[in-house]
Amino acid sequence: MKRDRLRDHIVLILGAILMMGPIIVAFTTSTFDPVEIHREGMKLGWGGNFLETYKEVLFQKGGFSGEVTGALMTMNSLILGIGFAVGKIVVSMLAAYAIVYFRFPLGSFFFWVIFSTLLLPLEVRILPSYEVVQQLGLLNTYTGLILPLIASATGTFYFRQFFRSVPDELLEAARIDGAGPLRFFIDFLVPLSRTMIAAIFIIMFVVGWNQYLWPILITTDEHYFTLVRGIKQVLQTYIGANIPDYNEALAMAILAMLPPGLVVIVFQRMFIKGLVESEK
Amino acid sequence: MTEKTLVLTDVVKRYPNGALAVDRVNVDVNAGELVVFVGPSGCGKSTLLRMVAGLETVTDGSIELAGRVVNDLEPAERDIAMVFQNYALYPHMSVRKNLSYGLKNRGLPADEINRRVEEAAEILEIGAFLDRKPSQLSGGQRQRVAMGRAIVRHPAIFLFDEPLSNLDARLRNRMRVEIRKLQRRLNTAMIYVTHDQVEAMTLADRIVVLNGGRVEQIGSPAEVYGDPASTFVASFIGAPPMNLIEVGIEAGRAMRDGVALPLPPSHDGALPAKAIWGLRPERARVGDDGNGIPFTIDVVEELGASRLLHGRIGGAEFTLQQDASAPPPSQATTLLIDPRDVHLFDAETGKAL
Repeated sequence: MKRDRLRDHIVLILGAILMMGPIIVAFTTSTFDPVEIHREGMKLGWGGNFLETYKEVLFQKGGFSGEVTGALMTMNSLILGIGFAVGKIVVSMLAAYAIVYFRFPLGSFFFWVIFSTLLLPLEVRILPSYEVVQQLGLLNTYTGLILPLIASATGTFYFRQFFRSVPDELLEAARIDGAGPLRFFIDFLVPLSRTMIAAIFIIMFVVGWNQYLWPILITTDEHYFTLVRGIKQVLQTYIGANIPDYNEALAMAILAMLPPGLVVIVFQRMFIKGLVESEK
Repeated sequence: MTEKTLVLTDVVKRYPNGALAVDRVNVDVNAGELVVFVGPSGCGKSTLLRMVAGLETVTDGSIELAGRVVNDLEPAERDIAMVFQNYALYPHMSVRKNLSYGLKNRGLPADEINRRVEEAAEILEIGAFLDRKPSQLSGGQRQRVAMGRAIVRHPAIFLFDEPLSNLDARLRNRMRVEIRKLQRRLNTAMIYVTHDQVEAMTLADRIVVLNGGRVEQIGSPAEVYGDPASTFVASFIGAPPMNLIEVGIEAGRAMRDGVALPLPPSHDGALPAKAIWGLRPERARVGDDGNGIPFTIDVVEELGASRLLHGRIGGAEFTLQQDASAPPPSQATTLLIDPRDVHLFDAETGKAL
């Protein structure tokens, strides 16, 4: 028993080192001077440039217009991540509510239409999507960044499965207690699916945060750049004899990983609860 | 004439696929009366209850509650309160919120809601759990909360849909008594649906026996037990069920495999050639001196207070219930039967003759 536990821990620690290793090396390297990194490669240990590098990444105005800071990009990433996740949750909950609780003609047909869009990821429909957003004049807006992405077949499917597991008697008891369709949704389905919402929020936040292709297409104005895209921007200065700011790129990568990591850590209990148990 | 709380007139429920679930049912519930709908699963008893509640639409006929026709009213507008089989408590709300939710939706003032919740909590002795969630309660406590949610509404009629079937046997017996007491105390009409004939017999002022969507019989427990209107009622009410034997009527006697069975005294006259002869298991006695109807015993079941003797009269199966203090009879014995206890039913329709 005790030996088993020891063995389990060794396996877990090794796994953790394997998974965390690159991140730790990226972090330690980011505290070194760029010249030193260029000369000696990735480094373990403490370079002593931590404060300077991170301050510069966050607050130094840069970019073409000279107005873009890391903090602004973080803000943009947050707006995209949260808007993406919240939007997907709201839309898929409403869609699932309609599909499960209302009889309308071709209801299940529409569900399968929604479901089949799983076969059409963003990359497949990227040209028409761009065209639509462009014609609506939504290029270089947060709306254009978020709105075309928030329809979610996966989310709709999860919420549909969950709503179907809610016992009919609950709806009937609520009807007797005078709850109309809107009340039932707000007073019952939303609180009952809160662990579900948390789980989907985490997944969708990370997906939204890590969006790369779509923001590149939709935003050409630097004020809308996200962190993930900013990393590339830093390395693009590798022109001629310039040494790219490796330290800043790595610092930005670390910064870009922090919020999704925090979200997962904060919500992990609800996340696991939402995935494994279905509270009736 | 007593005041009627609920009047069902020719109520019909036909599903879109054509299945007839409830077929022209006429039932009244008097003020303060406890009426039990009983029948096997699929007999339409729950459908009928749900139609009264407004959860199922009415295909035909009228449902009149407290003097107004409620056919087309939403459940919340009907002045009813329902207790579901699985309680349907709101899992994310505390007991207090479970009780007050419906009142809040009705726009009652907060102090009135509080007063009613406290009152119900006191009646049901659930005051200690008002701030707990349903998942933290035992089965019996959940049952009480479900009843509390019904009580606070002060409805014209309570509708209970097999509320005890999720409890274990001991708790079920206790809750049954409590429901009866509660109904007496509140003096509010109640419809109670069950498939358990013991619950029906012990709770009801009147029993409505349903079969295949139709009413087989309406009457007090004593009437339904003592004077069943059909073989269905005779075999459904009472455990063990009534003995039913197909007989031929010859010259004023019921004959089965050459054995003569007594006929009820009121039926000496015109009888069909074939009939079904019925007798409650506890209504026969073992003859002590070899007189009576020959009875061969196959199996003996000791139940503690009583004893069941399963055997045959002629070729027909017959069960006799006797007091455990009586001496156990030998394998072949005779039965003494009082003709006044005998029931006769039509062989074709099963209706009482």
